[in-house]
Amino acid sequence: MKITFPHLGNVYIAGKAFLEELGQEVIPPPRCSKKTLEIGTKYSPETMCLPFKINIGNYIESIEKGADTILITGSCGPCRFGYYSVLEQSILDDLGYDVEFIVFDPIYEGVKKLKNNICRALNVKSYRELIRAGNFGWKLIKKSDYLTHLSNEKRAYAVNSYLVDNIMESYYREVENTVGGKNMLKLMNEVENSLKAVKIDKNKKPIKIGIIGEIYTIIEPFVNLEIEKKLGHMGVIVEKSLTPTRWVEHHVSNFPFGSKEENEKYRLAKPYIPTLVGGHGRETVGSAIYYSKKGFDGVIQLLPLNCMPEIVAKSILPTIQKDYDIPVMTLVLDEMTGEAGYMTRLEAFVDLLERKREEKKNEKFLYGY
Amino acid sequence: MCKIGIPRGMFFYDYFPLWKEFFQELGIEIIVSSKTNKEILNLGISSCVDEACLPVKIFHGHVEYLKDKVDYIFIPRIMSIDRMEYCCPKVLGLPDMIRYSIGKLPPIIDTQINLRKSNNKYKKSIYDTGKLLGKDFWEIKKAYKKAEKSYERYIYLLNKGVVPIEAIKIYDKVFKDINYSSEHNELTIMVVGHSYSIYDEYLNMNLISKLMSNNIKVITPEMINKEKINRYSNKLPKRMFWTHGKRIVGSAFSLIEEQKIDGIIYLSSFGCGMDSVLVDLVERKAIKAEIPFTLLTLDEQTGEAGVNTRIEAFIDMMKWRNRDENNISAFR
Ligand code: SF4
Ligand code: SF4
Repeated sequence: MKITFPHLGNVYIAGKAFLEELGQEVIPPPRCSKKTLEIGTKYSPETMCLPFKINIGNYIESIEKGADTILITGSCGPCRFGYYSVLEQSILDDLGYDVEFIVFDPIYEGVKKLKNNICRALNVKSYRELIRAGNFGWKLIKKSDYLTHLSNEKRAYAVNSYLVDNIMESYYREVENTVGGKNMLKLMNEVENSLKAVKIDKNKKPIKIGIIGEIYTIIEPFVNLEIEKKLGHMGVIVEKSLTPTRWVEHHVSNFPFGSKEENEKYRLAKPYIPTLVGGHGRETVGSAIYYSKKGFDGVIQLLPLNCMPEIVAKSILPTIQKDYDIPVMTLVLDEMTGEAGYMTRLEAFVDLLERKREEKKNEKFLYGY
Repeated sequence: MCKIGIPRGMFFYDYFPLWKEFFQELGIEIIVSSKTNKEILNLGISSCVDEACLPVKIFHGHVEYLKDKVDYIFIPRIMSIDRMEYCCPKVLGLPDMIRYSIGKLPPIIDTQINLRKSNNKYKKSIYDTGKLLGKDFWEIKKAYKKAEKSYERYIYLLNKGVVPIEAIKIYDKVFKDINYSSEHNELTIMVVGHSYSIYDEYLNMNLISKLMSNNIKVITPEMINKEKINRYSNKLPKRMFWTHGKRIVGSAFSLIEEQKIDGIIYLSSFGCGMDSVLVDLVERKAIKAEIPFTLLTLDEQTGEAGVNTRIEAFIDMMKWRNRDENNISAFR
């Protein structure tokens, strides 16, 4: 059994190590690229959402490298994601690929099925072993999120922000040749040290932007055209409203109550969206308010074309912008999104935020409050 | 007397008879927006977020049309109409989208209907709605009983083969089978899609009437009974968690497997996220069963001439196929 899974930002790093700890052979898909998207677009229904297309691309590229089993998580509505696996399976069948799908559906769909899938996919010999590997995997997820976070912060403050890119680039290259959890952790520690050694300019007062919107688009840099990196080089600190760590905290560690931060976001969103709308639509509205309260200069919503929950959120965001006085920009992403236009919009938005900050300062100066 | 506005869009086509009787029994005047037209469409396009699907935009237009004419607007928040099932995310958030996209609205009655976990909540939503309008328990109960009766009559008409557009017109008049000439019909076609795509005659340019005047028997998902829909949608490898998705897929699968139709026209509206999944499921099934399938995606700019040509070509193809098959069997 050679396992693969779709990409979701840096999760593959922890995922690979976790499965290897359990003695499984793992073939992660090559990093998402133009080619991934091309393959995905070619074989997916035209109007499916962007994450689906990338998934298909990932699978095919992994299968070509020898993978024969695909691990994914499922859901049962209300969004399209819940039906991804069925469509994906029939597409791969049509193409004549002989692969097995193991789908982890939520627990209310049947405990037994979930248990079975876990045993099959994870090669569990004992529960102790599983818990050990699970804890280890969790540690790796937190660590790799931390590295992403650290690199984003460093970029904004660094004297030479491109040094950060170099470190991260070589980190990602090394990951591919690293086998097993311990070695991965060692690699991560080294990267952490090199990041910390990057020279910074403490006098900088970076603009702060919260990235909100659809989870996949926030987490996977290829899909959002590396928004963190781009903003980082413009000297902006970026915080993502959704990360793998936050997801696990909300859905696994604090099951079934949910994490404090996410519940806070629901509470903030409540006057605008009282109920769930699928995907992360409610969180998007809540996060926008959350960031405004935390003193961020602005928020950017990432919306993969046709994404249903985010469209609901988008129609409410102008009101949030007004009620909380925080600039909001929505970026719609699909396979046609061009680098140049994207960059222009980011630059214009950062300009706007800088001007706004300046104005506020002047007001203070003029009216003395 | 207080006036309640009911926008002619989205779930209007599923539940209007129920709502109408209910409010009328309570002695409340209802005002339904006029049929979709150019003006309503344009109002919707300008007030709704660009990225939304056509039916949601049209719905915005209907609300714009009504907002100065009524005291309340009825937009129930329909979360779930069946156990463990959901509606589309845009349906879940519809009252919110309207509230924050359209200015100067009268109060919205957004009774929540959520039967995902249990059916008891349904009664509560009904009482809440009635109470908002200042009615007492017994009035509400009586009104709902009556409404339910006429709604059953409506469903009965549908299962007898009356197309819902017609059923809404006649449901309280004499029973009349629209497809009465079924024996003389040359072809039977399933028109499948969301109720608000297939019964909004402006949006789909009278597709169903066109087919019927061509001597074609039309079957739509609402005309298949629930039991069949459940049975056939259970054949999917994974539980279909959208109630409307289940209706579309289940009804199409049943007609395909029972070989009751000569072809399928899937009517989809531009920007529909759910359809990207459903079309794929239905099309695959149709191809396997060798039943002609065509997808008609409608958007703001779709021209009538183009649609007509495509439908004519599709009908010709089916007729030709039928003749061909007959020839072969005659020779054998
Ligand atoms: S949340 Fe958006 S991107 Fe994700 S499955 Fe739903 S529609 Fe697609
Ligand atoms: S099901 Fe499709 S058409 Fe209906 S609201 Fe959802 S996206 Fe729009």
